[in-house]
Amino acid sequence: MKTVRIYGPGCKRCAETEAMVKAAAERLGVDVQVEKVTDAKSIAMAGVMSTPGISVDGKLVHAGGLPDAERLDGWLSA
Amino acid sequence: MSSETHDSALRRATPDWVWYAGVAAAAILWWLVYGQLIPFSEWVTSLFPVARDSHTGEAIAFFVYDVPKVLLLLTGIVFVTGVLRSWFSPEKTRAILAGKRQIWGYPLAALLGVLTPFCSCSSVPLFIGFVSAGIPLGVTFSFLIAGPMVGPVGLGLLYGLVGWKIATVYLVFGFTIATVAGYVLGRLKLERYLQDWVRELTAGPAGDLPEDSLTMVDRLKVGVGQVREIVGKVWIWVLAGIGIGAAIHGYVPEAIMLKVMGGDAWWSVPSAVVIGVPMYTNAAGVIPIVEAFLGKGAALGTTLAFMMSVIALSLPEMIILKQVLKLRLIAIFAGVVSAGILATGYLFNFLM
Repeated sequence: MKTVRIYGPGCKRCAETEAMVKAAAERLGVDVQVEKVTDAKSIAMAGVMSTPGISVDGKLVHAGGLPDAERLDGWLSA
Repeated sequence: MSSETHDSALRRATPDWVWYAGVAAAAILWWLVYGQLIPFSEWVTSLFPVARDSHTGEAIAFFVYDVPKVLLLLTGIVFVTGVLRSWFSPEKTRAILAGKRQIWGYPLAALLGVLTPFCSCSSVPLFIGFVSAGIPLGVTFSFLIAGPMVGPVGLGLLYGLVGWKIATVYLVFGFTIATVAGYVLGRLKLERYLQDWVRELTAGPAGDLPEDSLTMVDRLKVGVGQVREIVGKVWIWVLAGIGIGAAIHGYVPEAIMLKVMGGDAWWSVPSAVVIGVPMYTNAAGVIPIVEAFLGKGAALGTTLAFMMSVIALSLPEMIILKQVLKLRLIAIFAGVVSAGILATGYLFNFLM
């Protein structure tokens, strides 16, 4: 079970990122729990300066723009 | 960074040379089409059953010439900017600016504000990230003002629609305002007007992101992704702006334009700012209007003041910043930037 947090104030790309993460997890057969973090303070505290940001099990792996699909697979299956 | 999942497998199989050849072919095609805009727009205008030199004919000609021109310019600028900006990131910029308390931190921040990719929706986390890493407040403001004020889209369109002289004037003064306003705000010692929770934050954990190792093709993909995203988002503003520009070009008499946007009355510059601030559009939407203003004889200073206040000071952005800044600080921020814009407006009305 992996916990994936998506940091973003709720812009369109944040929703797209969430959809990408869920689709990738399903395709890889990885059990994930996706949490969305929308509060500015929490986003900043996580060290994210450009949204959407992604962390996997508490480790920040991506910030700014949609993630690359190939690398997303890597983060989820690591 | 591919923006869609379903075709990523396909794109992975695309050899690099296809990308280089594709970009080169697109650039040549862009150039050929751009050269044919005048004959094309005259031909389209002639299809309408109105006299070419009538008000309606003038408005239609303006519209059908400007729409493809602005969209082409926008696509080109966004692509090139997207590729160039792939070498920059807010994280790198923060590392460069951290601890820059010397005077040249301000122009440096303004320069990085233009080069660093960030969207207004992440200006709050970015603001906190900067301030908590020890970047002085004034330097952070220089960064935040310069980003929209002298953005490449505005400059490029100004260059294409109004000419290089005015584009250069705009670049120099926009950059100066960002630098000086940041410096002034820094000297005012406004840290106490940050929202309390922001002040309590100590150096935020620098995101330990692995360094991106992008290939040239990855950067081209970033450019294409930016075009898709930005042009897909702003085209409606572009059409609205050109529509307004066309109406002004066709129907507004020069005498009225000279009276309202002229440089003689003392109130023309401040009223241009007062009208400009609540107008929420982006550079791509406002520059066709500016083009029509100047074509009708509006004063340069008044027009520059209008354009700067539309682009650089926007109410929605101030509302977003309310999360981190107390109202007092937002007011001071808006006041200092407005003062710079007013000074620019008066200066050019005086010189011209």
